[in-house]
Amino acid sequence: MASPAPPGHAHCPASLSLLARRRRAAAANQQRRRQAGGRSRREVVVVAAARAMEDVCAKFVSQKVSKARWRPLPAAALQPPDIFATGSWDNEDNRISIWSVGDLGSVGLNGEYQGEPQLLCDIRHSGDVMDMQFLDQERVVVASSTGNVTIFRHHQNNQTLSTNQRWEKAHYHVDRSASCGGAACTGVICNNPEVVTVGEDGRINLLRADQKDAVRTIDNADSSTLHAVTFLRTTEILTVNSIGQLKIWDLRQQRNEPSQIFSLTGDRVPLHCVDRHPNQQHIVATGGQDGMLSIWDIRQGTMPVSLLNAHEAEMWEVHFHPSNPDHLFTCSEDGSLWHWDTSTSVAEKPSFLHQGGRSTTYFSHNTINQSLVSAWLSNDPTKDRMEITNLIPNQTLSVNSLDILGPCLVYGTDAEAIYVNRHLFA
Amino acid sequence: MEELDAEPPLMVVPGVDSAARQLCFEWGPAEMLVCETLFGGRGGCRRAAVGRPLGDRWAGSALPCPGQCGRPAGRGPPAPTRFLAGAGEGRPSSSCVFVVRKDQDIYVQTLRKLFNESHGIFIGLQRSEEEFAGKSRKTQLVQVSKNYRSVIRACMEDMHQAAVSARDPALHSQYSTQVSILSAMELIWNLCEILFVEAAVAGPLLLRLLDWVRLHVCDVDNMVREVLSSENPSKHELFWNVVDIFVLQGRMDEARHLLSKEASANPTSVNMCRILDDLMKKMPVPSLGNTQTLTEMELKWQHWHEECQRYLQDGTFASNSHMESICKILLGDENAILEKKELMTTWYHFLVTRLLYSHPTVKPMELRFYAQSSMDLFLGGESSPEPLDTILMAAFEFEMHQVIKECSIALSNWWFVAHLTDLLDHCKLLQSHNLYFGSNMREFLLLEYASGLFSHYSLWQLGVDYFDHCPEYGRVYLELHIERIPLNTEQKALKVLRICEQRQMHEQVRSICKIMAMKALRNNRLGSALSWSIRAKDAAFATLISDRFLKDYCEKGCFSDLDLIDNLGPSMLLSDRLTFLGKYREFHRLYGEKRFSEAAKLLLMLMTAHIAPCSFWMTLLTDALPLLEQKEVIFSAEQTYELMRCLEDLTAGKSDKQKFQDDDVETMKVEMLRLALARNLARVIVKEGTLEGS
Repeated sequence: MASPAPPGHAHCPASLSLLARRRRAAAANQQRRRQAGGRSRREVVVVAAARAMEDVCAKFVSQKVSKARWRPLPAAALQPPDIFATGSWDNEDNRISIWSVGDLGSVGLNGEYQGEPQLLCDIRHSGDVMDMQFLDQERVVVASSTGNVTIFRHHQNNQTLSTNQRWEKAHYHVDRSASCGGAACTGVICNNPEVVTVGEDGRINLLRADQKDAVRTIDNADSSTLHAVTFLRTTEILTVNSIGQLKIWDLRQQRNEPSQIFSLTGDRVPLHCVDRHPNQQHIVATGGQDGMLSIWDIRQGTMPVSLLNAHEAEMWEVHFHPSNPDHLFTCSEDGSLWHWDTSTSVAEKPSFLHQGGRSTTYFSHNTINQSLVSAWLSNDPTKDRMEITNLIPNQTLSVNSLDILGPCLVYGTDAEAIYVNRHLFA
Repeated sequence: MEELDAEPPLMVVPGVDSAARQLCFEWGPAEMLVCETLFGGRGGCRRAAVGRPLGDRWAGSALPCPGQCGRPAGRGPPAPTRFLAGAGEGRPSSSCVFVVRKDQDIYVQTLRKLFNESHGIFIGLQRSEEEFAGKSRKTQLVQVSKNYRSVIRACMEDMHQAAVSARDPALHSQYSTQVSILSAMELIWNLCEILFVEAAVAGPLLLRLLDWVRLHVCDVDNMVREVLSSENPSKHELFWNVVDIFVLQGRMDEARHLLSKEASANPTSVNMCRILDDLMKKMPVPSLGNTQTLTEMELKWQHWHEECQRYLQDGTFASNSHMESICKILLGDENAILEKKELMTTWYHFLVTRLLYSHPTVKPMELRFYAQSSMDLFLGGESSPEPLDTILMAAFEFEMHQVIKECSIALSNWWFVAHLTDLLDHCKLLQSHNLYFGSNMREFLLLEYASGLFSHYSLWQLGVDYFDHCPEYGRVYLELHIERIPLNTEQKALKVLRICEQRQMHEQVRSICKIMAMKALRNNRLGSALSWSIRAKDAAFATLISDRFLKDYCEKGCFSDLDLIDNLGPSMLLSDRLTFLGKYREFHRLYGEKRFSEAAKLLLMLMTAHIAPCSFWMTLLTDALPLLEQKEVIFSAEQTYELMRCLEDLTAGKSDKQKFQDDDVETMKVEMLRLALARNLARVIVKEGTLEGS
């Protein structure tokens, strides 16, 4: 048990964690990355089986889930989130649904949550749900494959959903008036009251929740498909596209050109998702078609700081933990959901070995983290370690979406199930 | 199973007047189109038998060798519910096209949970292959079987909830039907689990069968609750019924508990109750472990049996008919048990009770005799056996193939037979059996099930994994089906592509990319179109799109989609035209950055290395004009000669006739070029001469 481990592996209790090697993107060798990643992946799956079973409750919902989002908490709230929304895709009849994961009364004796998610209400949605974001506590913005962008309002007193605002064919191909002229809206991001949408038509729309007409539209913003969008600052947005580019757009400028373009080297692998570090805005994470996680420092260079070989297929979503950004979550078409933990590389924690491979406290690092170079950008080989856990044992079909808030994780899959884990850091 | 199946029964498509008109049809992989036709009004077949053989036909025409007819599970529609005729509103006119689908159950919302959840178990089972050996392998398979059953049960509960909350009576009855189908499925599966998967041996076999009966005859619990909640349970009219049921199901402790109530309420029968209680307590039961041998058990049983016999003969229970009949049941008296027919409701309950009290150490292979006679006794010639009875009987007879065949005919979905057969196959029980067409039965049924999934708008993703585990024809089926999935968004296309790429289905990858590229092109999204054709490595299409880009450039004088063209990278080499596009754009960039000599070199190279299409040479030469007119000399003498040669090649290549047709602009351009070239040559000779001289 207490046999001395080689110094480099002090944080690696057998098969419970792995060291993800990082290197400069330019020097990265694809072949070698694959091998390293392939080996570690198998170990990770073993970790997951024992761990994920305990706290996760699943519900089969008879529709393929494309998006799952926690309802944001009021500013002063202390309790964990309990309401989330899901959207479906590839059904003849797609729906937006609001779910509750129960009140505190149903928490079992040992603090474990027993019940499964309960459907509160749902509403029909035309077309596949491509993206979904809560605008505020009550309203959720939904992007559709028909090109429509709709705001639904959740009436909490009588548990119903209604359409609050709709932009018909906000995204469209050549002819907007044609019956099938809409182009899929692939991404939406909100900063109440502003809503930014991107689509397969390479268009960027800036909308306001209370205005029927778009505030601003950038036609032909991208020659390829825009896959996702996020706010960098209040006036700047980030987009990723299908030829491996990350672009920054300054909405104050009237020029219909990006203010900066970053791109992956050479192979033009499409990027599918993007998220920005909640505290350090220059750190951006993207996920690509080959399952690669890229970390970018937008202050310098035009290439990613590090490329981390991760999933075996498209990475559909990447999210920094909103209040504890040393933790990152990614999900993929290959049916896996990974939890990336860099907290150990910042604060050396000798006790870690005895915690069974789990990060114990998840609030304590915030303050430390601020003062140091972020673990995500670190290239120091001695500190260069990261713990990765696959949260899904026996993966089968794609995990399309995940959302993380406080200690709670929700994700939805093509196997028509939603999963909730309310004790992620337990 | 070698016999050929009988004539297919006729299936009437609602709304089609097949007597008046002829029908024509078109087979699809998942559905069939039927319409009325006036073609060839005389003779011929006036009625179309719309059987089930969609899969057959398609397999026969598209696959190399499977037989055209015959299937393990009987031909023709097993139940009318397996068909769904859409668009059936039509009058008998030839303007209607009817869509006939093969598998209606696929479309039941609640059953989607069953399909999805069992998919996970199925995959787990395929992956677990040979992980364990011997005993632990069996434990593992039994666990898998139990998982399947629990999914059925969960689905049944959901369906029950739906039935309860349904206000529409039609919907209610539809749900109720589904509940009863699911419950029958679970009943059959459970029996197969005991007999085939677990293969329980004499002794434990009976205990398992008892559990099976208890699990599926659940009316008793309500009755017990009613009796026990009454003020005076032993006076309740159902009291003895409940005791009987407990005894019939071998639930001795519960029966004794109720008897004690009778004893305390009725002092006169205390003694009788005590004796009966004692008999029940002493009844020997087979043990699950190896603690006693069968002979030991049989000895004990004999002894106990004689004791019961003694009490019955000396009239101990004569004063109480209820207790006397219970004693007779304990003795395995067939008539006494049969008197309780109403309480048992089914012949298989009767069978298990009979075994419990007369042959507790029954061996698996003896089951068939008892089963047959029990059914005959129970039904007593009053009613003929229903499909469920035949299926269970086949199971008791260990006729696995018969079970699967009957199930295929009776049940309205392929889910059950496909998964059960797969499980039995993993138990290595079906190996000896080969069909005289297609592959083996497991594969045949999995293919049928997966094809059904593919016909569904949204469940197709599940089907992929099932095809993957059909070694012989799975891939061909997948290739045929995957091409027919509508691709309405790029994301869906990416998912389908991923499936194809993982399986090295290059043909399908190319076709999907081409479809997407065409769509993008139609929507005027040249950048997207180019990306798709690069992904498909489709050189011809890349050339086509490059030409569009160049044409746009010629018309507008500037490039669109620069972010893409500037970042082509190695993919530029896909087609010559694409290379030219990329290089030509590079020339423009160099020129824009005022790196003239590099630009000039590149421009010349485009022509001399024949990268540029001839039609574009004039444009390139015109592009050279401003370089020739620069203050400093850019083209060397060597390069100028090359340029002149290019110009002469271009003009000489055209016939006289063409020359006449060329408008003045063209002639003027050539003249200007010649002039500029001559001046440049003059300047460069002077310059180079000077440089050499100095």
